Amino acid sequence: MTADWTLPLGAPQPGSSFGDLLTSLGLAPRWEIPKEVVGTISVPEGTTVLALRYVDGVVMAGDRQATEGHLVAHRYIQKVFEADHSSAVAIAGTAGLAIEMVKLFQVELEHYEKIEGRRLSLEGKANFLARLVRSQLPLAFQGLVVVPLFAGFDDSVGRGRLFTFDVVGGRYEEREYGSTGSGSRLARSYLRNTYRAEMTRSEAVAGAIGALIAAAEEDTATGGPDLRRDILPTVFTIDAEGIGEVPDAELRSAVELALEAAL
Amino acid sequence: MSVPFYVAPEQLVRDKAEFAKKGIARGRSIVAIEYDAGVLLLAENPSRALHKISEVYDRIAFAGVGKYNEFETLRKAGIRQADVMGYLYSRSDVNAMGLATAFSQTLGQIFSHEQKPFEVEILICEVTEGGSRMFKISYDGTLFDQRDVAGIGGKSEALEEAARSGYSENMSLEAALALGVEAFLAAEGRPSEGWEAAVLEHGNGRRTFRRLDPSEI
Repeated sequence: MTADWTLPLGAPQPGSSFGDLLTSLGLAPRWEIPKEVVGTISVPEGTTVLALRYVDGVVMAGDRQATEGHLVAHRYIQKVFEADHSSAVAIAGTAGLAIEMVKLFQVELEHYEKIEGRRLSLEGKANFLARLVRSQLPLAFQGLVVVPLFAGFDDSVGRGRLFTFDVVGGRYEEREYGSTGSGSRLARSYLRNTYRAEMTRSEAVAGAIGALIAAAEEDTATGGPDLRRDILPTVFTIDAEGIGEVPDAELRSAVELALEAAL
Repeated sequence: MSVPFYVAPEQLVRDKAEFAKKGIARGRSIVAIEYDAGVLLLAENPSRALHKISEVYDRIAFAGVGKYNEFETLRKAGIRQADVMGYLYSRSDVNAMGLATAFSQTLGQIFSHEQKPFEVEILICEVTEGGSRMFKISYDGTLFDQRDVAGIGGKSEALEEAARSGYSENMSLEAALALGVEAFLAAEGRPSEGWEAAVLEHGNGRRTFRRLDPSEI
């Protein structure tokens, strides 16, 4: 497309979507999968990510391990990402596809903001992410599943909101907490016992770390915090001020406390 | 079938250029001034909703004068180009030089192939670790590499001259703003009908573009 070095003057429809722009330029990924697939391919998979609401916003956290079959594929993988200034996205499932989906999602949000001169609503972002998940449906039937988790601060209502998704692009708003990935059930049952709507930021961070540890204890695919190797979970908080990653020092002391409590 | 009249190519180009220049001269101008933390872009713009200055990429800004719908088309095309390149390769692979070349090619092609040339002038600014870059692209695709200050629009020459005469290295943002306002007054000979200003500023994080509040001007 850049062979003649002129600009893409013609707009795709609706004109502000980066994904549609890629499609119009023939650059979007296309899946041509044979009907009869013999066996499935083995790729790294992300495991447990979760998010919970607290008084001022939302906390989102994820472990750092990617698993391939029964083996550890990556110990330091990142599964929770800043989507834009006021939202975060976390991924579980086929890591390679999921990370690419996040990249596309990030560019899409910024592209819209620059083209239109204003930001997408939180609802709009969640709906777009659902569309991305749905576009992967043919791959999901091959066992290459991607399921994200989305959270952000909604300025129009002045509170944090979080959304879970399913394989077919179903989008569900959660009122308290949400989780996805192989250890998600364990994380949810931990949160069911500890969650309170009036949690402060530090209580919510501790709750998120506790839930990750609980998942790692029982689910072999989820990697718990490992202070010996300096592996700490990724934790973001989002409030009216915007998104921020929990600093290492704060995270480390919260992890130490949570590990003690888990014994 | 009717046979079109013969028009000499020189005449055709001259007519088109004159037409484009007239269109640009009607619009209000924009000046860019380098300061100690980046680049300031200042435009006379009575409208709060229709912007002449905009963010293109992490370190790159766009400013356009002339016909709104035409430079708006170019602005969006520039953002598309930059976002696609950054997505395909890496964010650090998107630079002002490449974008300015693409704008120049596009405007050149429109000037020679289309019935009506675009009545626009474009300014592309970039902040890098090693200083700032400014590229001016005229209606026919001619590309100018500017240093320190750059002006586009009907009064661009007078504006640039006035800004350059008061320019000194490592100015503060306040000084650059004052210089820009003064340059407009000198070039136009009348008070401005409204300002639009933005900066590309080191220390703003990945996205260096920031619109200035009217109270800051």
